[in-house]
Amino acid sequence: MKRTISTAILLTAIALLCACEREKRQFREPTGSAVPGDTGVEQSPLHPGGSAPLKPGESESEANNGAGPFEFNAYAVAEGQKLYYSYNCGGCHFHGGGGIGPPLMDANWIYGSQPQNIHDTIIEGRPNGMPSFRGRIPDYQVWEIVAFVRSLSGQLPPTVAPARPDNMNVKKPEDLGPKENPQQR
Amino acid sequence: MSTVENISATTPHLDRHERLSLTWGDPPGILGWFMTVNHKRVGKRFMITAFIFFLLGGLLAVLMRLQLSRPENHFLGPDKYNQIFTMHGSTMMFLFAVPMMFEALSVYFVPLMVGARNIAFPRLNAFSYYVYVFGGIMLWVAFVYNAGPDVGWFAYPPLSGPAFTPGKRADFWAQMITFTELSGLAVAVEVVVTVMKTRAPGMSLNRLPIFCWAEVITSLMVIFAMPAVMLSSTMLIMDRLIATHFFNPSEGGDALLYQHMFWFFGHPEVYIIFIPGTGIVSTIIAAFSRRKVFGYTALVLSTVATGFIGFGVWVHHMFATGLPQLSENFFTAASLMIVVPTGVQFFCWIATLWSGRLHFELPMQWIGGFFFVFLIGGLTGLMLAAVPLDWQVHDTYFVVAHFHYVLLGGAVFPLFGAFYYWFPKITGRMLGEALGKLHFWLFFIGFNLTFFPMHILGLRGMPRRIYTYPVEMHWGSVNALESIGAILMGLGVLAFIWNVFQSNRFGRIAGADPWGAGTLEWATTSPPPNYNFLDLPTVGGREPLWENAPDQPIVTGVREDMREVLVTRPMDAEPEHLTLYPSPTIWPFLTSLAVTGLFIGSIFTPWAVVWGAIPVAITLTGWFWPTKKETEEKKEIEVWENR
Amino acid sequence: MNLFRHNSRVFGIAAILWLASCGGQQPQQTMFRPVGPMSARIEGLWWFIFAIAVAVFVIVWIFLAGAAARRRVHEQLPPELNPDPAREQRYLRRVMVATGITLVVLFAILGHTVVTSKYMNSLQSKNPVTIQVYGHQWWWEVQYPNDDASLWVTTANEIHVPVGVPIVLQTGSRDVIHSFWAPNIQGKRDLIPGHSSAIWFQVDKEGTYRGQCAEFCGHQHAHMAFYIIAESPEKFQAWLDQQRKPAPDPANATLAHGKDVFEKGTCMMCHTIRGTNAGSHVGPDLTHIGSRTSIAAATLPNNPGALAGWISDPQAIKPGVRMPPNPLTGPDLQALVAYLQSLK
Repeated sequence: MKRTISTAILLTAIALLCACEREKRQFREPTGSAVPGDTGVEQSPLHPGGSAPLKPGESESEANNGAGPFEFNAYAVAEGQKLYYSYNCGGCHFHGGGGIGPPLMDANWIYGSQPQNIHDTIIEGRPNGMPSFRGRIPDYQVWEIVAFVRSLSGQLPPTVAPARPDNMNVKKPEDLGPKENPQQR
Repeated sequence: MSTVENISATTPHLDRHERLSLTWGDPPGILGWFMTVNHKRVGKRFMITAFIFFLLGGLLAVLMRLQLSRPENHFLGPDKYNQIFTMHGSTMMFLFAVPMMFEALSVYFVPLMVGARNIAFPRLNAFSYYVYVFGGIMLWVAFVYNAGPDVGWFAYPPLSGPAFTPGKRADFWAQMITFTELSGLAVAVEVVVTVMKTRAPGMSLNRLPIFCWAEVITSLMVIFAMPAVMLSSTMLIMDRLIATHFFNPSEGGDALLYQHMFWFFGHPEVYIIFIPGTGIVSTIIAAFSRRKVFGYTALVLSTVATGFIGFGVWVHHMFATGLPQLSENFFTAASLMIVVPTGVQFFCWIATLWSGRLHFELPMQWIGGFFFVFLIGGLTGLMLAAVPLDWQVHDTYFVVAHFHYVLLGGAVFPLFGAFYYWFPKITGRMLGEALGKLHFWLFFIGFNLTFFPMHILGLRGMPRRIYTYPVEMHWGSVNALESIGAILMGLGVLAFIWNVFQSNRFGRIAGADPWGAGTLEWATTSPPPNYNFLDLPTVGGREPLWENAPDQPIVTGVREDMREVLVTRPMDAEPEHLTLYPSPTIWPFLTSLAVTGLFIGSIFTPWAVVWGAIPVAITLTGWFWPTKKETEEKKEIEVWENR
Repeated sequence: MNLFRHNSRVFGIAAILWLASCGGQQPQQTMFRPVGPMSARIEGLWWFIFAIAVAVFVIVWIFLAGAAARRRVHEQLPPELNPDPAREQRYLRRVMVATGITLVVLFAILGHTVVTSKYMNSLQSKNPVTIQVYGHQWWWEVQYPNDDASLWVTTANEIHVPVGVPIVLQTGSRDVIHSFWAPNIQGKRDLIPGHSSAIWFQVDKEGTYRGQCAEFCGHQHAHMAFYIIAESPEKFQAWLDQQRKPAPDPANATLAHGKDVFEKGTCMMCHTIRGTNAGSHVGPDLTHIGSRTSIAAATLPNNPGALAGWISDPQAIKPGVRMPPNPLTGPDLQALVAYLQSLK
């Protein structure tokens, strides 16, 4: 009986230490960067001679496997969805189907589908109409939007991708949509 | 010729006690633990598990009180606090209150009180425990993994909906509901059938103990109320998982739909918790006033009326939502009307006390606490029933005070009384007097210190479900006082736990009937043997041990080498026929595992409903597949008309 | 007011004020300081039911204590099997009388409630001051509609009303369920998305009254308060006219730099200042923020220090709120705060 209890306590303690990544509610930016959108431009994750050293303010996950810091955090992705509409990304990209801007829910990525690429697109702007949001959107919010944009084409696990919004039903929610195979255009 | 091991033939040296023990016993070891279908073992598990959840919920409450003890405190941030208060409410309501007041007490005591050897549907009984404990474990494991729900124990959409609670937090909550309501429904069916069909001969309905009446009425309420919350929580999961629009106003849904469905369950829920408490009060008052309770018929009819009217008051939880005035006033009238049967109960209890010879033991102390605490709670309920006044005190600490007064007063105080009353029966030993008194006074004083000032705070404008409050509102000192009260309550409960452990080992031996009470559970040894009664009793009055004739007949003709049970008629308990109860089996446990897999899987994908149904079908098939022993037993006792 | 009600009111107020004084000065945000007819009627209903509740409690406990005192023995006697029928009849009659009295009292409460309810719904007017209030996570959007669009006012977290005239709040929610509650003035009403609800009230005494969200709405439900400022009709009209104007132009270089910081940084992504390039409706309208008594949904006073702290790191004060931290340099922050304070 005593053994059972102490085993249970030990297991609980271990469990407490690995609090679920999906459910974290992080209210501040995870990266060291405090200045809005200023982590430098990374055009390609490939470098001769192996992976690049960590840039100042860059997190492990970004440098090592290219995943954004919020790929597995449902709260951040939901925040990204709210920001996507608050900052009027929908004004050009609509609900991912595109219009004035290119679609975000398909498999074609002009500037790359990796989180770092999307981050740079938002920070730098792109030719033919994508504005630069450097200085306008704090960096951690950019990463939240990046995660949401990736969910539009089904890149995120269904437990993390946003479910249906409380709006009119215009398309399948991101967690039920198909997973596209990103191609560089 | 039968191949059944005819125990009487092969083991003639066993006396009746040994033979019955063998028939009604469980296999040994850990396997036997999982195979048991004995209502007392399952009932004890319900009690211990529910009490552990009570302690966990209480711990959460202490954490909340620590955070609220000072204005703008930083002990808990908003996210943690929201999870903690949601877990506190959900644990207390779904994992403690109903499983303890309804499931634990009725599973253990109703078969004993009606003179039966086991509860009806014994395998379903075992299954209902496993499902309950798995649901509770799931919720708490989710909480430990930071996936505990943080949307309140009632989880209103749109806040709990897909747009505003990302991740799986609200889904774990909603699925916990499914587990616990399935468990409750199963026990409800068992209790109704046990009481209606397996009572001791002579126990006509007007001789049914009031506690059993309370549990039957509670069972019927469970059957009618639980489906509403299962539906609303399922609709919530569906909105979150498969993009339905039940609560999405943009697509024709309505957030108020959830509230109606939830509170259609939610109000009967609190009466499901309270009515067994009234049964306990009637039982203990009768035993310690040394007379049959006054106004038996009035008490029973009042309980029925409360149960019935309880289904017609749910909108009083929604008075602030802007419903039409006429309908709100209708629910004011109904909410006031429900006071009448409770008032009648109070008057009958007072009449019993006035005309009895009151022997004031520990259980009665808790009934005294009930009278104090529940009465205050009921009176503040009058205030909440009045719509305009509710508009000022709804969703403030006034309501928090009210429901803690009625829930602790109406359930927890009688429950502790029941523990002191029935502990001797369950364990064979009395609980200690000194620790018992310490427990009572610490708990009573701590409770009032914690919750009475909350009335004042609510009237002074403090809303509920806030993780902190500004310094300039001057709520700090009252909050600090309340936090001290919470510590006192905790100390009282610790005294109780210590008392239980001590008394279990060294308590005074109780004997069969230490209180000189009249109901049938005291007609057997303490603790009861696994077959409950050596001789199945018949009854000659409402308090059989007081009123049975010296030559009161016993039931004979029931086989003791098989689990044979006498089934009687519902109204007057005339013997009707004999039937066999199932033997210990592992299938309820395996089915509960399959069901758990289906339920937890369907949090993550709707396909779990499809694939998860396969193990459930397999285990249910195993459950109902007749064993060789069963078939042989049935053949042995079958009577052919034209043999 | 009759003597009974007066005395019970005095006793009750004394008790409550004594407990209130545990904290110090007189509290705001309480139904016991009604400043309008609605809250005054509710207070009257409270005292009526309170008096009944106290009486019932005392009477029941007299009987319980009586039973404990008179009928108590100190050993376990044999049970009484044949109660005296005459005594049982007597008790039956007493129970029936008690039940009858209960019914009468309940009907009295019902009657008082229905009458008060009818009164609450009777404040109608052809010409109320109409205000629209929308709940957000975790602030209050306040609009003063007008048929002439150029006279429409949008503000946040602070509601000015003229005294002595009927006011109607048209309410709704932009996200989850909130609840609008200013206890000094009126009972609460839930703001439910997809529903609109009209709250009628009138304030008869000038002053500032605090209200708070009363339906759990997420992380910062605890810090979602507002102020209702009741003033004379002339002052109210003056305030409304001032609110209708666009933001004043910066009067000096510091203020101009502050406006620059606002428009060139993150602020304009969420906030509106009418008369500048900032026109987003995600967060509260800041056109006249300088004239508000509080910021951050009545969480902080409106002074330069609090404003600077709020802008720099709202997450430290209201963790989970939608506004991000804004690490600005010292001069930039000071200029921005000065500019916002100038928007009166």
